[in-house]
Amino acid sequence: MLTCRELTELVDDFIDGRLSFWERAKFQMHVGMCTDCRDYLAQLRATRQALGSLPEPPMSDDVREELLERFRTWKRATPCSGSEPGGEPGPDGATET
Amino acid sequence: MNLPATEDALVDRLAAGDERAFLELVGRHQRAMLAVASTFTGNRALAEEIVQETWMAVVTGLDRFERRSSLKTWIFRILANRARTRATREARTVPFSAFDEAEDGGPAVPTSRFDGRGMWAEPPQRWADTSAAGLLERAEVRREIDAAIERLPPRQRAILVLRDVEGVEAAEAAEVLGISAVNQRVLLHRARAAVRLALEPLLGGA
Repeated sequence: MLTCRELTELVDDFIDGRLSFWERAKFQMHVGMCTDCRDYLAQLRATRQALGSLPEPPMSDDVREELLERFRTWKRATPCSGSEPGGEPGPDGATET
Repeated sequence: MNLPATEDALVDRLAAGDERAFLELVGRHQRAMLAVASTFTGNRALAEEIVQETWMAVVTGLDRFERRSSLKTWIFRILANRARTRATREARTVPFSAFDEAEDGGPAVPTSRFDGRGMWAEPPQRWADTSAAGLLERAEVRREIDAAIERLPPRQRAILVLRDVEGVEAAEAAEVLGISAVNQRVLLHRARAAVRLALEPLLGGA
C-alpha cells in the first residue's frame, strides 16, 4: 500500500503517464480512498496548467530600451530584405560578432 | 516538422527589421532566457548581459536559421552556447555538483507534513477552484506564482520555466541545461511541488 508521502513523489510521473501498470494501479487505489491525496493531485495539476498559461512578466524599461537600441543599430548596419533598398551601412560600424 | 504559421511570419517580420516583432519575441522568452543563463553564472548582471548578447546573435544570425526546428529551440541553443562560453571565460561557472545537494535532495513535500507512517499529518487544504483559469484570474495568485518561480534554486527555476511555461520538450530542455533526463525530471518535480506549496496560503481553506 502506497503512503501519502510516497504518492506525492509519484504525482508527476502519474500525470505524465510514466508509471508502470502496477504502480499506476496502486496510485489510483490510494487516490480513490484518500481525499487529501485527491486534493493534492488536483492542486498539482492546476499548478502545472496555470504555469502553462502564465502571462509574460513585464520587462523593465531599461532592458527594453537597451535591446531596442541594439536592434536599431543592427538594422541600420544591415540592408536586409524588406527594408528600403540601398540602406546605408551604419556609420558607427557597430557590427557584432 | 514545419514551423507554425505564426512563428514563420514572426521570423519574416524580424528579418525585415520589424521592431514590434522583436519586442514580441523578447517578451515571450525573456523570463526563460534569464533563468537559463542564470544556471551557468551565479551573477545576475552577467546573466542579463548574456541574454542581451543572445538576442543580438539571434537577430544577426537569422539568415542562418533553417526553419526546420522551432525558433524557440534555436534561440535557447544559442543562449546555452553563449552562456557556457561566457561563464567559462569569466571563471564564474557554477559547477553543477554545487547545486546537486541543495536542488535534488529532499522531498517534494516537507517531511513535517506527514506522520511517522507516511500519512498526511497536515494535509493540503482544499482549494475553492482548481482550474488554471480560476487561479490566474486573481492578480495575487499570478504574483505569487511569479514570486515562487523567482525563489526557486537556479536549475529548478530554469527547468520549470522551460518545460511548463515555455512548453519545451523534456529532451530539449535537458540538452539546453546540460543535465540528464532523470535529473531533469527530479528538478521539475521539486519545482512544481514548490510552486503548489507557495499557493497554499492563498488558496487553501476554501
